[in-house]
Formats: sequence, C-alpha cells, structure tokens
Amino acid sequence: MKKTAVTAALMVAILGLSACNNPNRYGAGGAGAGAGAGYGSGASNPASPEYFRATVGETVLFPVDQSSLTEAARSTLNGQAVWLNQNTRYGARIEGHADEQGTREYNLALGARRANAVQEYLISRGVAGNRLSTVSYGKERPIAICSEESCYARNRRAVTALQGAVGS
Amino acid sequence: MMSFRPLALAAAAALALAGLLPAPAAQAQSPLRIEITEGVIEPLPFAIPAFVPLDAGAASAAAEITRVISADLTGTGLFREIPASAHIARVTSFDSPVSFADWKAINAQALIVGAVGSAGDGKLVVKFRLYDVFSGAEMGEGLQLSGSAKSMRRLGHKVADQVYSRITGEGGYFDSRVVFVHEEGPKDARAKRLAVMDYDGANLRYLTDASSLVLAPRFSPTGDRVLFTSYATGVPEIYLLRLDDPRPQRVTQGQGSMTFSPRFSPDGQSIVFSDSRGGNTDIYLMRQGSSPVRLTDTPAIETAPSFSPDGRQIVFESDRSGTQQLYIMPASGGSAQRISFGAGRYGTPVWSPRGDMIAFTKQNEGRFHIGVMRTDGSEERLLTASFLDEGPTWAPNGRVIMFTRQGAGASAQPALYSVDISGRNLRKVPTPGSASDPAWSPLLP
Repeated sequence: MKKTAVTAALMVAILGLSACNNPNRYGAGGAGAGAGAGYGSGASNPASPEYFRATVGETVLFPVDQSSLTEAARSTLNGQAVWLNQNTRYGARIEGHADEQGTREYNLALGARRANAVQEYLISRGVAGNRLSTVSYGKERPIAICSEESCYARNRRAVTALQGAVGS
Repeated sequence: MMSFRPLALAAAAALALAGLLPAPAAQAQSPLRIEITEGVIEPLPFAIPAFVPLDAGAASAAAEITRVISADLTGTGLFREIPASAHIARVTSFDSPVSFADWKAINAQALIVGAVGSAGDGKLVVKFRLYDVFSGAEMGEGLQLSGSAKSMRRLGHKVADQVYSRITGEGGYFDSRVVFVHEEGPKDARAKRLAVMDYDGANLRYLTDASSLVLAPRFSPTGDRVLFTSYATGVPEIYLLRLDDPRPQRVTQGQGSMTFSPRFSPDGQSIVFSDSRGGNTDIYLMRQGSSPVRLTDTPAIETAPSFSPDGRQIVFESDRSGTQQLYIMPASGGSAQRISFGAGRYGTPVWSPRGDMIAFTKQNEGRFHIGVMRTDGSEERLLTASFLDEGPTWAPNGRVIMFTRQGAGASAQPALYSVDISGRNLRKVPTPGSASDPAWSPLLP
C-alpha cells in the first residue's frame, strides 16, 4: 500500500471518528489506516471500521461490579460477531474498563473479567480466538468524568477496538 | 537509651505516645460507626534556636537544617515549636551552658541545640544535643553527623529522627523517600509518570516520562529499586528500575496475560504479583531467575498481595466470598484465612513494617476509608473517610500511613495525604501537581 493512500485513509478515518461522535482514542487509528483503503471508507460503507463503530457499536456496558453480559450487550455483540465474521481481515483488541468506585488493582482485575466475557462471547459466535486479544484499563481510562451514576454507567464498559488486518 | 530518660519528659512523651497506640477494640456492629478521632492531643512544646554556624560558609546550611528539623517534628502533630520570637535565651555557642530557667519560663519542655560547620570537600558537619528542660538533663548523647552539603536536608532529617526517637521511643521516619505517580491532565486524558521525592516533598525527581501509563510503584526493601506496572507494550506488565539508573527492565513476560500489583519479598529476592489471564486474576510468586509459581487457584479475583515482614505470610484481597475481603496465606501458597468481616469491601492490604498491623482500603455505603486492623482481623479502626481514599503505604516506623485521596467530580485531582495510625494529624503531602499511588521507602542508610 502506498504511503499516500494510507495517509488519505487515515484522514478519512479520523474525520469519520469525529463525525460519529464516538471517539475511540485507543487503538482504532491503526485499523482505519491498515484496511480502510481498498474497502472504501466512511460510516455508510458496511465494511468500514467507521460503520462498525457507528452502527454496529463497539461498546457494551456492564452493571455495577459485574462482568456478566446483559441482553443489550449480547445484542450488540451479536452484531459485532456478524461483522467480524464478514470482515475477517480485522482483528480486535477488547478493552475492559471500570468506573472509579473501586480500588485500582481490583478494577484492573474487573476490567480483565469484562474484556474476557466479551471475548468468550464473540468466540462462541464464531469469531476465531486468534483474532481477538484483551486488555484491562481498570479505572484508568474513563470516557465520562462526572462522579455520578450517569457517568459511571458509561465507564463500566468493554470496547471492541478494531485492529488492522491480521493473518492476511 | 530510654532508661535514663528524665521523668518529666518521659511523662509528656507517654502522653504523646498514647495517641499513637491503638485504642482498645472498638469493633462496632456497623463499622462505619467506628469513631474516627481527628482531635489533636496536646503536642509537646519544644524550642530549637537556630543552629550555630561554625564558619561563615555554613550559615545558610545551619538555617536550612534548623528549618528541616523543626518542620519534621511539628509535622508529626506530636510536637509544637515555640517560635524564636518568644525565646529569652540566645544560643550563640554550641558549648556554652544552657540557661534552663529561660527555657522553662517559656514552657519549652524539650530543647534542641545544634551547630553546623563546613568540613571541606563539600561536606557539612552537624552537632546537636537534646535537653529535657525541666530536669535540666541531656537526653541521650550529643551526636555529630556529617554528609555532603548537597544532601543537607537529609542531615536535618537524621537529627529529627534522633530527637523523635529519643522522645517517643519509636523509630524515626523522616530520612526516607516516597515514590509515587505524578498525574497531569483531565480525568479522561490523564498522563502519568513515576516520581520520587523526600518524604516531605523535597528533592522531587521524575523516573519515567509520560509516554506510557504507569501505576503503583513499590520500593525494594533496600529502597534503591522500584517495581511498577506499565502499559509500555500496550498491556499492563511489571517493570523494575534502579533509582540510580532509571531505565526500566521488564520483569514479567506473559503471553496473553496481564501482570500488575507487584511487591518485593522482605529479602528482596522474590516478587509477588497478580497475573490476569482468561479473565481470571491470581497471585504468583517469582524468585529471581526462576519461573513464576502460582499461589492461588480460585476463579475469583486475587490481587494486592503484601508480605509479612518475616517473609512467611502474604496478605491479599480476594472476592471469592462474593465481595472483596482480606485473606492471609503462607508465602508458599495454600489455604488462606479470611481476616476481614466488617460491613463493606476491603482491599489493598499492606502489612506494617512492625508486623503488628495491616492497613487497608475499605469501601462502605459509598465512602472510602483507610483503616488498620490486627493481623487476625481484630481491632479494626478506620482512620479516614472521604469520597475516595485508597492505597495505604506505611512509614518505616509503622506509625504513619500515606495514601491517595481524590475528590468527586469532573475536575477532581488526586493528592497524597498522610495520617497517623490513631487517625490524627491528617495532612496533605506537598507535591507539584496531582499525585497518586505513594509507596514509602525504608529509612535511608
């Protein structure tokens, strides 16, 4: 892939990110750069990472101190699995997060549980395990910063962050 | 050394010490009701006339060292300095006779007299004597210390440690350091870097840049190395750096696993840490040069391990009962005994350097507390209460605890606080900017 094409794809990916108002600052840039060109790009293209983020949904939420998947989370993950099974060039790093109501170490472990719950579910829906990895950020990377349940609820999440083409 | 301590001062010291000793068991039904006393005991009044410079070159060092000693002692909450403006006597020579009547007249109970001189080679010499004003007797031997002028604050801390120790009968803690995480930026884009400073905030130095997220540094038993967790590779892994050569070396290299929450064994030969794989977090022990050995094997979260000072046991937290609680197991693993039974959740246990107590973070009814308990779980006492207090670390003498406190809200920034184990003398530790995850070093050599 030519460097200019990569740059162009990256630009589009960044624009797509800001347009869908669903910023994922950790690890998604590479996905757009790695595979956007050649597949077309933009949220209207169902094969694009932007579409995955904006329409399929990359984030699922968890109840307080839980790592079990809610109905809503399963529904989102079903969509993720379908998309990943159709777009096999992509891998994903699943990031587990916790809200600030907990000690740092416990929240790291809790985030790992959440990321693992998502990973196992996606595998159960046919996504190859070697396309998925997990990381926990505990309470270190909140997206909502108030100290109220409205923010905590958004921070108790697992994010399926697409990564550039794997195994191809 | 304490046996010839004069009666008058011994009584005052006993009073001061009473505040430090654990109160009788106050385990209420609802632990949130445990009284947290932050009232101040009557601090012991002392005078420290400016140390006498023995030569012109030592004048500013003498003034600085005097300030350090005074700040150390008053910072404990156990001592109160009588300001120089109230002094009647003037000390112009280290060896001139002390006019005890003049010090009695202003109610000074302890008097610290000292002198500072240049010794060539960029070195300083500090001499001091500690007097019990009411009996007119010297407490312990006069001492002379020497060190480089660059570390003159350390000389002050060493004198203050001697004074503290002679009056309270406890070990000192002023000549020590704290390694912590310096934080910058808004809550949703926080940059973190490791920093080390003297226990009082002086001589701050950064150990890492802000390129990778770093968490929870821990000192080696000799205070010259630091274990911490870094996201340098994208996932949390444990690193080690030397204070005199801060190039981090990766310690754990798990495939598909995350490692965090490391601590040294008391002999410095092993580390204990958490390893998270397949969503399950367990505790592992790794001897230098060997492969990690798994110490826990439940599907629960097991983390925050901390050795007993004799190296034979490990206290840790687990949610195997359904909520976070504290457990103690042999250092080789095996069956663990639960020690926390109050309401709420308990985490981040740390064994006291004296071996007698365990400090912890407690969460109950939406509040966070720093608390201490005996190693069998009895005599639980909560020392603090706030929106978010966590991560206690012990002063080298086991009498003071430092921790992270963060307020509520979008703009809240964390800071370091210290409190003594009676719950008294809560203080903010000065840091440039926001700070978290303090770890107290042993006393420096």
